[in-house]
Amino acid sequence: MLTTGRIMQWVIAATLPGLLALTLFFGWGNLINVVWCTLVAMGTEALILALRKRPVTFFLSDGSAALTGVLLGLALPPLLPWWISLIAAASAILLAKQLYGGLGSNLFNPAMVGYALVLISFPEAMTTNWAQPLALLDEAPGLLDTLAIIASLAEPATIDGITGATPLDVYKHEIGSRLASTVTADPIFGDGIARGWEWVNLAFLAGGLFLIRLKIITWHIPASFLGALTLMTLLFGYDPDQSVPVQMHLFAGATMLCAFFIATDPVSAATSNKGKLWYGAGIGILLYIIRAWGSYPDAVAFAVLLMNFAVPFIDYYTRPRTYGHRKPERGLPS
Amino acid sequence: MTEPQTKDIIQNGLWTNNPALVQLLGLCPLLAVTSTVVNALGLGLATLLVVTGSNIAVSLIRNFVTESVRLPAFVMIIASFVTCTELLMKAYAYELYQILGIFIPLIVTNCAILGRAEAFASKNPILPAALDGLMTGLGFLGVLLALGAMRELIGHGTLFAGMDLLLGSTAASWEVTVFPNYRDALIAVLPPGAFIGLGLLIALKNRIDSQVEKHRSTQPETVDPGSKRVRVTGYFS
Repeated sequence: MLTTGRIMQWVIAATLPGLLALTLFFGWGNLINVVWCTLVAMGTEALILALRKRPVTFFLSDGSAALTGVLLGLALPPLLPWWISLIAAASAILLAKQLYGGLGSNLFNPAMVGYALVLISFPEAMTTNWAQPLALLDEAPGLLDTLAIIASLAEPATIDGITGATPLDVYKHEIGSRLASTVTADPIFGDGIARGWEWVNLAFLAGGLFLIRLKIITWHIPASFLGALTLMTLLFGYDPDQSVPVQMHLFAGATMLCAFFIATDPVSAATSNKGKLWYGAGIGILLYIIRAWGSYPDAVAFAVLLMNFAVPFIDYYTRPRTYGHRKPERGLPS
Repeated sequence: MTEPQTKDIIQNGLWTNNPALVQLLGLCPLLAVTSTVVNALGLGLATLLVVTGSNIAVSLIRNFVTESVRLPAFVMIIASFVTCTELLMKAYAYELYQILGIFIPLIVTNCAILGRAEAFASKNPILPAALDGLMTGLGFLGVLLALGAMRELIGHGTLFAGMDLLLGSTAASWEVTVFPNYRDALIAVLPPGAFIGLGLLIALKNRIDSQVEKHRSTQPETVDPGSKRVRVTGYFS
């Protein structure tokens, strides 16, 4: 039988291909972030558990705090200053998880609460400071250089040279005045969809399929989420000369990380299979709406948090029929 | 009806029945304008003025206004005091008035004020009613100031910035920069920060209350020998 701790370990293991791809294409930043956020998340969890007079090692060893840290480290910009990641990881555990009563009682996805909090607080650092693909740099920063940048010890000029907006962001802003072919001539788009990002997303996709294979997550949320996002893009953004094309929506942002690792958080997601379909579809629709017509470059955190709000409502209307009982009067037609 | 004790009125308004922390009334302006200390002080003083004034006026007319028309009458009185306050702010603190904007006229709809008029002022003589209004207003002002200071400190790293908007040019130098070279944390200034901040303040109040309760229950009760005093835990109205 799978225990909570074992499940969390498998999920963390399934993120490794994505982490590897991120490190290969964007440098050491994400790896350092993952380690740092995990330490902060576990430290905060231990501190709050001790304050609440709960068994510290018991709850810490279930690995849920570590997973929150890992997901944050993967989602945050690679070269983010250490104190912003610290605020994100600490508030994720403190505000979103422990204040609601710990694992299993949180209404909102802790990692995404931490992410949204720093995204709203420090919009500049969170949107324009993404590490550029290593292939585009004259000299790739080594592990120690990256550590110095994250520890805010490096010269600001060196950071400016190796950071910028994400391809999704660039495309969205440039496409208003130029044609798709001239926009994608920018080297950050590479030969395919978005240099580096496509492999990162494929790696997360592979890790996610592995989790479905292990039956740790079901296919419902990823399928309805990706389906809704694709459908929305085909409906409203079918012209690549006017808006972000579908392959970039799927493979250039945090889409796959969201689909398999963030939206599928068992605590804050909908419970029944039918509910999961609605929940995933809602995230996909919101993600497209905020990406296409909002001012933020990516919208995974907001889309997931908004659908977390809707989960009690979804659960109420999608309660499965108990064997031997008739269909309840309420509910959506199935 | 027993006459309410002065001590009870003070304690209720400031702590036990605090409009912002316990009744959770008037949250709209509370959450919207407390981004800095000066905004909080401006709105808090305006509310204080209105609630005290309306409590006195409602108490004065309590024997002449019939049950069926009391609410329109109360609202008229509150609206008049809000208009006075608005004109005063326009005259003496115009810049702050512009910052607070719609939330000054909206004091009319602050349920805490109507609540005090209905629950207390309409049933009590003028002096207790005035004291109740003053204490309710002070309780509200205190929470506004605490929240404003929290949000200004976290959001901008300063305290008492722009106090000259309300208190004249001598207050311009009151600004304290707590953290130099601070990177503004916008979350505290934006609405989510207000909700999180108020939640933390309520949690703090409940924590203090439970600690006091715990402390009290562990203390042996001291009764003077031969005392015939009857313990009264509340009053009936």
